[in-house]
Amino acid sequence: MIRFQNVTKRYATGQEALSRVDLHIERGEMVFLTGHSGAGKSTMMKLIMLMERPSNGRIEIGGRDTDSIKRSSIAHYRRDIGVVFQNHQLLLDRSVFENVALPLRVAGYHSADIGRRVRAALDKVGLLHKERVNPVTLSGGEQQRVGIARAVVNKPALVLADEPTGNLDPALSAEIMTLFRQFNELGVTLMVATHDIDLIERMNKRVLQLAEGRVIAGATPL
Amino acid sequence: MKPLKRSPASRRKTPARAKGASQSKNPWRQRLSAWQAHHSDCAIESLLRLLRTPLQSALTWLVVAIATALPATLYVALLNIESLGYHWQDSNQISVFIKPAAKHEAIQKWATHLRARADISTVVYVSPEQALSEFQTYSGLGAVLDDLSENPLPPVLLVQPSDNADAEALEGLLIELTEHGLSDEARLDMMWVKRLAQLVELASRGVFFLAALLALGLLLVVGNTIRLAVENRRDEILVVKLVGGTDAYVRRPFLYTGLWYGLGGGLIALLLLALGLAWLEAPVASLAELYQSQFSLKSLSLTHSLQLVLTAGLIGLAGAWLAVGRHLAHIAPR
Repeated sequence: MIRFQNVTKRYATGQEALSRVDLHIERGEMVFLTGHSGAGKSTMMKLIMLMERPSNGRIEIGGRDTDSIKRSSIAHYRRDIGVVFQNHQLLLDRSVFENVALPLRVAGYHSADIGRRVRAALDKVGLLHKERVNPVTLSGGEQQRVGIARAVVNKPALVLADEPTGNLDPALSAEIMTLFRQFNELGVTLMVATHDIDLIERMNKRVLQLAEGRVIAGATPL
Repeated sequence: MKPLKRSPASRRKTPARAKGASQSKNPWRQRLSAWQAHHSDCAIESLLRLLRTPLQSALTWLVVAIATALPATLYVALLNIESLGYHWQDSNQISVFIKPAAKHEAIQKWATHLRARADISTVVYVSPEQALSEFQTYSGLGAVLDDLSENPLPPVLLVQPSDNADAEALEGLLIELTEHGLSDEARLDMMWVKRLAQLVELASRGVFFLAALLALGLLLVVGNTIRLAVENRRDEILVVKLVGGTDAYVRRPFLYTGLWYGLGGGLIALLLLALGLAWLEAPVASLAELYQSQFSLKSLSLTHSLQLVLTAGLIGLAGAWLAVGRHLAHIAPR
């Protein structure tokens, strides 16, 4: 699903965020991405989302060379990837329903279809009864679950999560991880960047460890 | 992105998925109707958004309206001056004042002679008595004139040159009429009509220039307003871009906002113009009456009104387009 070949990312400042990275994540895998801040986790996510382009090397997502994706096609490319952010990035001027519906609206789904899919996604994260409320009124854990519902509502084959439990207490973090595991069991490929070593150990999944822009463990499937 | 397309395994994910599978193909007909739906949603949503901040929107609308009404008012003024000119141009007749001593028969003979000419369409003889009674009726000096011991007015021939007479021919005719033995003086009020036409031409160029300047100003005003709107919705734009919103999708609501600013401003401009004309109508009517003229104020025709509103709308749209084009590129997810 994700394949990096000799990928280097150097920023305009001269800082090398990733150095000659090789890695492979198979379809349907759930992988944790760890490392100190500045180790290259975010850069890796950005490269996959095509928010950045590699300075060197080749990135294949879903068997497709990302180098061949033109600027104008990036929007369509991103529709097949769900993203969960640490600060959940919900829009506070609209309801939970509308937040989750956003990827579907963007992709041009029919409103009847949108209603069905959004409710299915909210049901999965256990927030169906909150569809009409404003995300401001939700707790941190609930907000993150809305963020997850938004990431999966379009049924992407790949979901990226950047520090999804960063602001949550251990119990809520475990809850979020359980959700991720459920999605993974349904065939979704997941890549979760996190600092939370305890959590990782309990999940018993492959861990991809980054340090100073290099993969130091877990570059290939277990 | 084919390989990412739903695998059979992932299709079992939720009960809704099976139902949704037919939708996920998203045939073009559905896409088109979703696209149309997004357009009408955007149009309504952006209008409602403007109405939610009534004061701020009203200010922008007023600025647009004033910038639109200014050249429109000048244009209408020119339209009226021009039509005033035409009123007089149509009657480019020559008044020939006859020497008081001239014999009635001689005048009639000359008039008949003139009527036969090809470059003259009509000749009307106004006797001193006729002229006096007309003067009494319209000047309001009736009683004073009664006291005059004799009629001071000369006989007049009103010579209407034929329509195809050009300026040169008119000058020639004028000289000929002046130099005739019976004629005391001949007058043609064409000169100032010609000057008026030139002035109108000059002024309409001025109006055009002013309109172009104001259109540019409008472009900047709307552009700047839209730029602020883009800044205000930065977070939303970032999220929309991250979940796969195309630039067109992001741009759309802002373009509609620009269009609404333009159209709304154009409509208010029409209103301002109508108010101004209504305010002037009574004095102009009484002035026209004094001059026994059929003249009444002309307003913009329906077509011109529509054009005005549409042009304002298009300028608003263009301003939004420029602003969004410039600023969206800077708002990219990081």
